[in-house]
Amino acid sequence: MTTVQTKDAATRYPEAAIEADSTVPAIHIWRDFAATPAQLFRAHTDPELYAQWIGPDGVGADITHWEARDGGSWSYTARGSDGREDFETSFRGCFHTVREDRIVQTFTWEGMPDGVSLETMTFEDLGDGRTRLHAVSLCDSFEDRDAWLRSGMEVGVNDGYAAIDRLLAEGAI
Amino acid sequence: MTDQLSRVFAALADPTRRDMVARLTEGDHTVNDLAAPYDVSLQAVSKHLKVLEDAGLVTRTREAQRRPVHLEAEVFDLMTKWIERYRRQAEERFARLDAVLARMQDDDNPSSTPPQEGTAS
Repeated sequence: MTTVQTKDAATRYPEAAIEADSTVPAIHIWRDFAATPAQLFRAHTDPELYAQWIGPDGVGADITHWEARDGGSWSYTARGSDGREDFETSFRGCFHTVREDRIVQTFTWEGMPDGVSLETMTFEDLGDGRTRLHAVSLCDSFEDRDAWLRSGMEVGVNDGYAAIDRLLAEGAI
Repeated sequence: MTDQLSRVFAALADPTRRDMVARLTEGDHTVNDLAAPYDVSLQAVSKHLKVLEDAGLVTRTREAQRRPVHLEAEVFDLMTKWIERYRRQAEERFARLDAVLARMQDDDNPSSTPPQEGTAS
């Protein structure tokens, strides 16, 4: 898979920019951070730091397994309440490449255990104290990719609660 | 509704169809007009149009003899809304990451002030 480093050298991404790739079933996200590549790398590989931001909002993640190295694996559970009842949902995957400027890992939502996406995150030093994150999620098919876009990444947020309710009703979680 | 969205995404996964849609944003075109710039048969163009029609992206007027192709702009709104919701969720996550990174700055440089968030050029 080719990785587009930067859409446009002059473009800045103080907020997340997103693009559904038209040639492969991938989602691109760009976002600039006031941090060094090393700090951004740590925020993605240190489980204590990762748990603080991966979310969802007000829920936080419970890291159940974490081995951030080439060939390692990870899993976490997000628990929370939608205001009516508690929910819990899990994600897991393997680390393929763990390098200061690049992390490649697989990603599976336990609610759809056969679905797996390949996540490639690159950290590009912008030279002004900022670092650009470019995240590419490559899905199995356009159908899966679009279902993912529709559901929103953080299942359990917003309308995604309905999906959790369904899974709970089916006894899947 | 969601099935339609899948068809919209699939329809727009093709560069020729995307180009046709881009040209239709300027106004209605006949099939012949639409086909002109492409080095493909009229049948191939009709096939592309059928995909766009099935996705609800375009319609063809029944009455007029030349049956111009018309872009249904509201279908785009639907797609844009889904992507925007996904983007907002990513942004919420990154705002939390901003906070984590700011705390890391404090830990790394206890004496200096961390850069302000949201002041990118």
